[in-house]
Formats: sequence, structure tokens, C-alpha cells
Amino acid sequence: MSLPAPLTAPLLSVSSLGVQTAAGRALLSDLSFDLAAGQRLGLIGESGSGKSLTSLAVTGLLGAGLSASGSVLLDGVQVVDAPERRLIPLRGRVASIVFQEPLTALDPLMRIGKQIAEPIARHRALRGTALRTAVAEALDEVSLSDARIARSYPYEISGGQRQRAAIAIALASRPQLLIADEPTTALDVTVQAQILQLLDGLVEARGMALLFISHDLAVVSAMTQDVLVMSKGVAVERGPIQQVITHPQHPYTAQLVGSARALDDMLGTR
Amino acid sequence: MILELRNVSYRYRKGALALTDVSLSVDDGQSVGLVGESGSGKSTMVKLMLALAKPTSGEVLFEGQPITPSTLRRFRASVQTVFQDPYSSLDPRQNIESIVAEPLRSLGLARGDEAREMVAASLTSVGLPADALDRYPHEFSGGQRQRIAIARATVCHPRLLLADEPVSALDVTTRIQVIDLLAELRESAGLAILMVSHDLSAIAALCDTTVVLNAGRIVESGPTAEILISPREDYTRRLVESVPRLPAL
Repeated sequence: MSLPAPLTAPLLSVSSLGVQTAAGRALLSDLSFDLAAGQRLGLIGESGSGKSLTSLAVTGLLGAGLSASGSVLLDGVQVVDAPERRLIPLRGRVASIVFQEPLTALDPLMRIGKQIAEPIARHRALRGTALRTAVAEALDEVSLSDARIARSYPYEISGGQRQRAAIAIALASRPQLLIADEPTTALDVTVQAQILQLLDGLVEARGMALLFISHDLAVVSAMTQDVLVMSKGVAVERGPIQQVITHPQHPYTAQLVGSARALDDMLGTR
Repeated sequence: MILELRNVSYRYRKGALALTDVSLSVDDGQSVGLVGESGSGKSTMVKLMLALAKPTSGEVLFEGQPITPSTLRRFRASVQTVFQDPYSSLDPRQNIESIVAEPLRSLGLARGDEAREMVAASLTSVGLPADALDRYPHEFSGGQRQRIAIARATVCHPRLLLADEPVSALDVTTRIQVIDLLAELRESAGLAILMVSHDLSAIAALCDTTVVLNAGRIVESGPTAEILISPREDYTRRLVESVPRLPAL
């Protein structure tokens, strides 16, 4: 790349990242990218491309039986092979994740307000009235102002409201990097549009970096200008989304763009 | 007319009406798209159309007549279904031959060599290799599993296929292949299709007419192109405008 070297180290620096199973099968190979503070990057690919593994590897959340190799520097701290005690201060404060399915990401037995209060209390050391005010503000920020929501359990609210709550939880610790892993895939289109708008506004307002993961080119193009295309655990292409869509370099990207274009064309021209 | 809902309302136990005064019909060779968001009543409507539930009021008519125990078998052979999630709709412990032969077995339509031939023909028509017969669902990808589900639904040569979100769980590339397959079956076998989906592009690709459902009521229906390009209702317009689009070339 011809960009000048940044003056400070990037917020997230991934180089030659690999993820392997215990049996030695590579699920992700030789992935490298940097993300500066406030920068946005989209990760695009289909099932099994390694998108979600990337978000887990970056935050040191890989499941048992999976191991990472290479290097992931998150706010200057090496994540690969790091002991849990070194990772804990990074999670929330440096990076937070919003997952695809809010129904499984939220604790089913805890009221929404309490789930949001927990990270606020931990990261901002608030208690009592100050904590209650902060929870109300956090809910306000994701347009869940109705006081009923804070008292509800996850099953009592809609999918869109659950995802808003999950976003409020992810943002409660004031992270510098937000990782959104297919945050709207489980939602209806009108709700998806609202959530994307909400995320875009919050990331902008707080100057957060964003790693946005999706299989949907159209959704990614609404959120970022810069994309990395992944296929079978390998990054096959990187560039501005406009260029990737108009002049895909890799056959896989061309196929992906072709499919997305075909579905888009079926809706007619605007 | 193969299947008709006439002024149908449906209420779950003590709840509010899930469907209110819904009328809809599907004739031979027609393709109808049923669009709506979560909670709009789409799945309830499919349940009624499959005679898996009885309407609280109104009628479900098969070939112009209410479905009775004596017409149920012919109804089942004529109206088949494909579900959303090909990972939960195929029995993991049955091989593909047994899975696809299920309607032939349960409806007593064919057995032995005849059944095996029909199963093989059905697998061929959905583009799966003949050696798929002896294999198990876990050996196939999501798109292939959905093909297996379509083979099972069409093995008894039904007149109408009710497809409930058949491509929602699939990647874009696979999604297009399965839509193409359904379009092909419609052309070659004259199969009528009623597809339930929240994916407007899938509806646009396959369905001549579209019915929009919101909060248990049909808010708009007509030719798909008209509904997508010039929706009359605010709800439909909002739905169309919410679909994320690629940047223009």
C-alpha cells in the first residue's frame, strides 16, 4: 500500500493471523490488516469464509480446540496466546462486539436495564442514582426510551429492541473499536435499516473505529467505504467498495458481486 | 383453483387475531409471493394453507371444496411444502433416499423399485447426483440440503409448492441457484408456487403476483412489478425503501 506510515500505532494491527483446529486444519490463514482509530473496515464473505473467526481471534475469544497464530495487536497489546488476565482489560474498554443474534447474546434471565448497568458500573465506576441515570442515557442513545424496556426480560421485547439493547451494552464501556458481526442478519428489512442508521450515527458521533462483518455487500456499502473480501479463510481482495463492486479482481469477488447485482437488479432500477 | 383462502381469520388461543379477513387464491402455474415482516401472520397463513390448523372463521378450499378426511390424502399429494431451514427440516438419521421417498411412503403412492425410480428422477430434477441416494444430510451443504427438501416436496408431482422462506438461510450465490431451480420447476413441471419471504428480491425473481401482509391483514396485492415500483400503501413503500441496495454503477 502507498499510504504514508501513520504517526501513531494503529488501534488494531493484524498480521499473518491464522486460526487452526486441534487437528491442524487451517480455518483462517495469513490475514493481515490495520485499523486506525476512527477508521472503518468491512469484512465480506459467505458462510465459512472466516469472518466471524476473525472477530473472535481479534478479541481472544476463540473457542476451545481452536488456536491462533501470527500477531494481533489491539491497542498495542499482543492478543495471540495472551493469558486471560491480559485480555480482560482490552474487552469493553478497547473493543466490544455486537453479535448476530441478540436472543443468544443477551442473558435470558436478567432484565435489560441490569444487563446494561453491569458494564457501566464496571467501566465507569458508577453506583446508585448516577448509575440509574447512566443506564437511562444509554437506553436513550439507542432509542429505547420507554421505561418499560429497562424492566423487561429479553423475551418480552422485539428482535430490533433486543439488538438495540445489545448495542447499548457494547457501547456502555466506551470502546474505541466496535466489532459488529452480522448485526442485522436476524432482523426484518425495515428494522435493519433503523439499526444500520443507529450504528452509523453512534460510530460517527463517538469517533469509534468499526469492523463491520457481513455477507451482504449492499449492507456493508451502507456502513463502510473500505472492504476486505474473504473466501475459505483467506483474504482475496481489499479496496474501496465502489472499486470492488465495479472492478472485482478475484474470481470469488466477481461471483459474489454478480450474485448481489443479480438480486439487486430484480428490484428494478432506482 | 388449487387452493383458496376465503375471508379467513385466525386466533391463537386467547390471543389477538393473528389473521384478519384474509382472502387469497392460487391457480395452476401461478406464482404468488407473500411478503411481510416478523409477526405479520405469514407463517400462520402457511399453516392454514397446509391444513395444519383450522381457521377461526372463514374457509380454506382445495379445488373449490373444504378439506375433509376423505380428500386429505389427495390434498397432501397436491400441496407440498419446503421450509426455511434445511438444517432442521431433514432427519439427520435417514439417508437421502428415505427422506425423499417420505411422501410416497406416507401417502401410499409408490413403493419398491417404482418409488426408487421416482426418488432418483426427483433428485436429478433438482440437480443432485444419483449417488446422493445413499448419503446423509450432514454430507451436504446448505444449498444442496435445500435441493433435497425440494426433491422431497416434488417427488409426488404436486400441483402447488408452498415455500416458506426457502432461501433466507442461504448465502447470496446459493440463493440465486435455488431461486433458479424453483423457476425451472415452475416452467418444466407447471408447478404453482406460493413463496413466503421477507426478501423482496427473491419475490421479484420468482413471483408474478405479490401479496403484502402487515399485522395480520392483506394491505396490498397485485402484479409484483407494480408493487415494487409503485407501491400504493405506505407500509409497502417503507418495506421497498428499506431494502439495502448496492451503490449505483
